[in-house]
Amino acid sequence: MLTQEQAGAIFDRIRKISSADEVEVLFSGGKFALTRFANNTIHQNVAEENHVVSVRTAFGQKTARATTNKFDDESLHLVVKNSEALARVQHPDPDLLTMPDDRCGGGADEASAPKQTRFFEQTAAITPELRAAGVKKIVAVADRHKLTAAGVFSSGEYFEGMFNSSGLTRWHTQTSAEISVTMLAADSSGWQKANSPDIANLGPERLAETAAQKAVDSAYPKEVPAGKYTVILEPAAVLDIVGFMFWDYSGMAILDQRSFLTGRIGIRLFGENITIMDDVAHPLQSGSPFDGEGVVRKRIGLVESGVVKRVVYARATAERMKCSEHKDSVGPIEATGHGFALPNEMGEMPMNIVFAPSDEPQTLERMIASTERGILVTRLWYIREVEPFEKMLTGMTRDGTFLVENGRVQGGVRNFRFNESLIRMLSNVEAMSAPVRSCGEESFDMVVPAMKVKDFSFTEVTKF
Amino acid sequence: MKHVSKWALDAAALRGASYADVRVIVQRSRALTTKNGKVGSASDAESVGMNVRVIADGAWGFAASAELGRGAVEATAARAVEIARASARVKQGDVRLAPQQPVVAEWSTPYKVDPFTTSVEQNIELLLKIDAELRSVAGVTLAETNLNFSREEQRFASSEGADIHQTKLSTGVGYAAYAFAGSEIQKRSYPNSFGGQWQNKGYELIEELKLVESARRIAEEAVALHEADQCPEGTFDIILDSSQLGLQIHESVGHPIELDRVLGMEANFAGTSFLTLDKLRTLRYGSGLVNVVADARQEHGPGLGTFGYDDEGVQAQCIPIITNGLFTGYLSSRDTAHTIGESRSGGTVRAEGWNRLPMIRMTNVSLLPGQRPLSLEQLIASTDHGILMQTNRSWSIDDKRYNFQFGCEIGWEIKGGKRVRMVKNPSYSGITTEFWNALDAICSRDEWTLWGTPNCGKGQPQQVMGTGHGAAPARFRGIKVGSAFKGN
Repeated sequence: MLTQEQAGAIFDRIRKISSADEVEVLFSGGKFALTRFANNTIHQNVAEENHVVSVRTAFGQKTARATTNKFDDESLHLVVKNSEALARVQHPDPDLLTMPDDRCGGGADEASAPKQTRFFEQTAAITPELRAAGVKKIVAVADRHKLTAAGVFSSGEYFEGMFNSSGLTRWHTQTSAEISVTMLAADSSGWQKANSPDIANLGPERLAETAAQKAVDSAYPKEVPAGKYTVILEPAAVLDIVGFMFWDYSGMAILDQRSFLTGRIGIRLFGENITIMDDVAHPLQSGSPFDGEGVVRKRIGLVESGVVKRVVYARATAERMKCSEHKDSVGPIEATGHGFALPNEMGEMPMNIVFAPSDEPQTLERMIASTERGILVTRLWYIREVEPFEKMLTGMTRDGTFLVENGRVQGGVRNFRFNESLIRMLSNVEAMSAPVRSCGEESFDMVVPAMKVKDFSFTEVTKF
Repeated sequence: MKHVSKWALDAAALRGASYADVRVIVQRSRALTTKNGKVGSASDAESVGMNVRVIADGAWGFAASAELGRGAVEATAARAVEIARASARVKQGDVRLAPQQPVVAEWSTPYKVDPFTTSVEQNIELLLKIDAELRSVAGVTLAETNLNFSREEQRFASSEGADIHQTKLSTGVGYAAYAFAGSEIQKRSYPNSFGGQWQNKGYELIEELKLVESARRIAEEAVALHEADQCPEGTFDIILDSSQLGLQIHESVGHPIELDRVLGMEANFAGTSFLTLDKLRTLRYGSGLVNVVADARQEHGPGLGTFGYDDEGVQAQCIPIITNGLFTGYLSSRDTAHTIGESRSGGTVRAEGWNRLPMIRMTNVSLLPGQRPLSLEQLIASTDHGILMQTNRSWSIDDKRYNFQFGCEIGWEIKGGKRVRMVKNPSYSGITTEFWNALDAICSRDEWTLWGTPNCGKGQPQQVMGTGHGAAPARFRGIKVGSAFKGN
């Protein structure tokens, strides 16, 4: 992989090539491999390596970006020329700030940076043979239960770096491994997924056993009518649905009046048991400790005891907000280190979400035991926004949906379509488990609990 | 490019691959957006690389690299063979490829104006003009526009002797007006949501779309939706405009006919399909008026699923998917064709870029227009009581593609053959085959549009692909409307 020193030398070459007032260079890339299996067979097995250099130039208030994955002299000259040509013809942007220096948001060694490494040699060293061996263990579990397995086992190492002409330097490296397993029976299925920077935290057999048990337990699903139910959402289901609201925790979204938080910051929007922060340094989180301009990410309390306290900001958004009609009603305004690479139209977003533990965390088993009649949901699927201000979302249950009666799981049920307001859902949380690192398919990874939610609205039932 | 292919094919053969193919790809894109009178993003990107796909020990391996020097290319081919041998450790049988006559060919997207020859100043001027039109309407709180060009040049070569040089060009453009007031956000898009209209065409697409001329109406509709009544809930006849019908085809026909899904290869991510193999030529998919094809040929039109050859070197084809309501065909590849008794691939395999594995993707999956002359206005005039729905706002379907729910940006209640009022937040839901069997009228060719869906996700790692969907407005009888808001 490209090293920080090599990237620094390339940045020096680019600076000499450029005639712009300011230059910023983003480096990203790495190695990635994924072994995919279905029908108890590895059917796709891929590996790639790629490095990308992305150059932003600025002439006064005009800026633009050009990107390439070629690092020879001619290509570097061309990418700088393309960036400058694009920048020169822009209309001046009065909100564009000069590039930040190395102190912006605190140096990279500030307390908000992760305290533990996110690069593990044993993850970087995973070979195709090791992944195949992991898949073999999963398939053995499927065979034992007379099921069919499908899924992925991936691994990779990545870097992300930034240099600019104000002297800012940032560099982050990370590894990642992920296993996802679906177990299929004739009329049912089960699913589990986990990822971590450290392969030692993943157990293919354990994930396979849990997925297999769900497939077995949900066999011969009954049709239960749609309606309002108490639901117990496993952490993956929680993260996939709540993920749809975090685009709105953005200063730019407030300024654009496209956020459901417009006019709602400082009021109690959710139940008192909901507290949410963005914290890149949390030990269960991953990702780089700086944003698209190199500003160090701060720990931000977004929701405290159900009250929306604040949103996150890129540098320019914070300056705009300070002069806006909203400035007295949005809580603290400052660059928080959540901006996207410039230029962009979306501004910023918190992407290291951590739900705070409740006062009395409950196990999933305890939540089930206290439920007279409800639905246990393994995961949700194809979630989309139906109405943006009440945050009405629709989607389906999938891969393990169970009827709970009299404190016990009674068996599998046909999958439901839900239409539910996120505001109402987070106001109806009756119990939560301890938060865990979780991953799904509809949203980014988070640290979230399982939730027991009353009056969750299922509107239709599908055929399986 | 040719020497890169030769290095890779030779290296794969030397290491024992029984089959290999190589793609060397150069992609270039330009993306411009504006928001409320300012340029939002301005970027130019290129990505260059190659990949090698091999069969060794009866199993697949794939490796990709951005390095095109001989050493890197040969190492990439060797890695692909090593990966294939690892795949072979967990297999139930050997890969079976349908035979394919190797082709040596050149193919390019036809276009009138290469969009990359247009100036960025000209592009921005157009977007800002649209933006000004949108914001000239009181009540519009956010105006967004976008313009995208892309070019992909690919050299495909295989160990069977294929050598295909293909260049594809696409253009996308669109805009949206938002109106926030009280506790509601309403939105109208043009010519479609998802960034507007996308086709494999040059800059001439932009000149055809009447972008500036339509902006004021779109903005006015976004504002007017605040005064409109909520769409009623119940069972109604509905008319879908062609863009919404294009997405309906995509989700409830295009995905379930992907043979890799049917065979369980997507079970962990995109899902499976209700169209099990026993349903081929036996399932009454829709009413007798429903004729759907998957057509990648240029004569079908400049869709995002139009090409000369797919990424396995198979020539573009037209596959009958639904014929007079009967289910008649799947989307297949060289390694799945045998499962449906076909001796040849359907030619539907594509990859997002040089670093992704080619897989079965929709081409242009289109509902053919009605045979009798019928305009949208005539269709409305023949509808006693119904809802016309236009432009998608939300879409969701289960992982076997049975139960769906779509929301649209705007609706119109029809009574006695006339539009009587605008309604907001229209939505409808149903079960795929019940819905298509409820179709009782399709407008004719002059109302037919080949829409581009630029954001179709599938595969692990996920690949985003452009697909095409031709449709004319159509009517469906007795459809469930408004259950999205039931009880809320």
